[in-house]
Amino acid sequence: MKSAVRRPAAGPARAAGPPAAPRARTGRAIAVAVAALIAALITGILAGPAGLSLPTVAAALVTRLPWHPALSVPAVDSAIVWQIRLPRVVLGALVGAMLAGGGAAYQGVFRNPLADPYLLGVAAGGGLGATIVIIAGASPALLPPAAFLGAVLAVAITYMLGAGRRSGRGAGPVVSNSSASIVLAGVAVAALLTAVQTYLQQEHSQTLQAVYSWILGGLSQATWSDDALILPYVAVAAAVLLAHRRLLDVLRVGEAEASSLGLDVARLRLTVVLAATLGTAAAVSVSGLIGFVGIIVPHTVRLTAGPSYRVLLPVSMIGGSAFLVLADVVARTAQAPAEVPIGVITALAGAPFFLFVLRSRRARQDLA
Amino acid sequence: MIVFDRVSVRYTAAPALAEVSERVPAGEWLGIIGPNGAGKTTLLRSAAGLVAHQGTIAIGGRSATQLRRRALAQLVAYVPQLPELPPEMTAAEYVLLGRTPHIGYLRMETRADRDICAGLLDRMRLAPMAGRPLGTLSGGELQRVVLARALAQQAPVLLLDEPTSALDLGRRVEALELVDELRRERSLTVLSVVHDLTLAGQFADRLLLLDGGRVAAAGAPASVLREEVLAGHFGPGLQVLTGAGGELVVTARRTGPAEAGFRPPAPGR
Repeated sequence: MKSAVRRPAAGPARAAGPPAAPRARTGRAIAVAVAALIAALITGILAGPAGLSLPTVAAALVTRLPWHPALSVPAVDSAIVWQIRLPRVVLGALVGAMLAGGGAAYQGVFRNPLADPYLLGVAAGGGLGATIVIIAGASPALLPPAAFLGAVLAVAITYMLGAGRRSGRGAGPVVSNSSASIVLAGVAVAALLTAVQTYLQQEHSQTLQAVYSWILGGLSQATWSDDALILPYVAVAAAVLLAHRRLLDVLRVGEAEASSLGLDVARLRLTVVLAATLGTAAAVSVSGLIGFVGIIVPHTVRLTAGPSYRVLLPVSMIGGSAFLVLADVVARTAQAPAEVPIGVITALAGAPFFLFVLRSRRARQDLA
Repeated sequence: MIVFDRVSVRYTAAPALAEVSERVPAGEWLGIIGPNGAGKTTLLRSAAGLVAHQGTIAIGGRSATQLRRRALAQLVAYVPQLPELPPEMTAAEYVLLGRTPHIGYLRMETRADRDICAGLLDRMRLAPMAGRPLGTLSGGELQRVVLARALAQQAPVLLLDEPTSALDLGRRVEALELVDELRRERSLTVLSVVHDLTLAGQFADRLLLLDGGRVAAAGAPASVLREEVLAGHFGPGLQVLTGAGGELVVTARRTGPAEAGFRPPAPGR
């Protein structure tokens, strides 16, 4: 009964390889995201209470270029464009890219759709650091480094508690530290630090307003030096995360199978967490805790352009930039001259949009 | 060739594997059988480097614990009982994952990797499905996709944990025939857990019977598939019949209710 059943030979001309469709789709998704980002940047520079016209803004931009045509722009207009609007738009783009890219990477490495870049305690640690500086009445210049330090320390504690010891090298026991225990440690560390932060805040109620406004997040204080401060972190983090896009795809089959395929899961996880933490901590240190971006942008991209990290990571970063720049435009124009906290806008505008994408995608799948 | 030398694995106080020694020559198909909880999956997982073990597992003369994860994955391909199949990943993308052990840490797949996978998709009659998401494939097609990913690793040892559990009997025989063809074609060493004892006896060169983490019997199918051997491990409810072609058929021996026949439920209840 062991006779091999011969099957008809496969057609000869079919070995053309997998279709090139995914690559075309990647290109299209990136093109759409770039177009959205350019539109958002232009809107961000044009929008504002000063009511500058498009020609004025264009002239103000051009006059800073070498060999620019002889145009006269009032000094105050030039200052508005160069010292107020541009640094703020650039900061929104950097922070948005980092939060959305970090969220996408965390969702991949922890295989958890609810993961966001604050998952392991960045928000709670950053919030505590900032609260301590505000309560101590220290110089506002100390806010970013304190928030950065708090965020990085919180993640370091989470990782040390959650990851456990890594026994042996080579092909030893690999499923030694599960990502679930790291996520749970993050929940515990965040709860603890938030409790400390809330206690300190209540004990010094005269600083409540300042602490609360930092925690809600915002880009209103943006300067070029903020941009310069976080650019290296965001650039390195984005480069590292993008370099791991293929490996995050391997991890889509689970930690055990990825390990049996030769992937060092613990090393991948540590690298991604390190990069995302440094980038997010830097972003948080100058912009406060802007929520939702890290969840809704990657999931919107996933639902529209597909779940492969080769598309998801770059498109989330570009799309996150566009989204946060636009959210900031709404934040500073909706109730001008007052500002609506940007976290309120990201949730108010982002959540319904995300639900719309989720539902329309579901409806299509149900029909298929 | 893969050699287990006094391999033990402990999850809790009771050992999941206790001093298992077995030698599988290159090109052989070893069928691993035994009751639930016997340690069959643990034996495969330890060879794949997924659980820590004591003793040594040598693959082609090299100890598995001394190898880096990537090097081990070049020697051993493992198909778990329930592979994770991301529904939106295409068949071609999934098979390409099998090239992971051959691609540098931060490098991308090359043309050569894609060609190897395209060849495998063709060999497994999956070329028309290459661009389809896994969520749209049938059970038999998924079985072949999973096998194609394992073959893309180009490892000489193939570990299959109950590769046909989700298939009907016809697809099951087809899948095992395919494994057998591929084994001969690529001179693979195959270790596979097969729950159906009849199929295990028909396809494997030798059988390894595990119970309670220990080797209870090992040898040619005819020497292991005997009622007096099986009764001690699977209970007395099995009988071994010899088919017309000399194949051993392991089937149930009904007692009690079967003799009493079907009794309709009492009326009025």
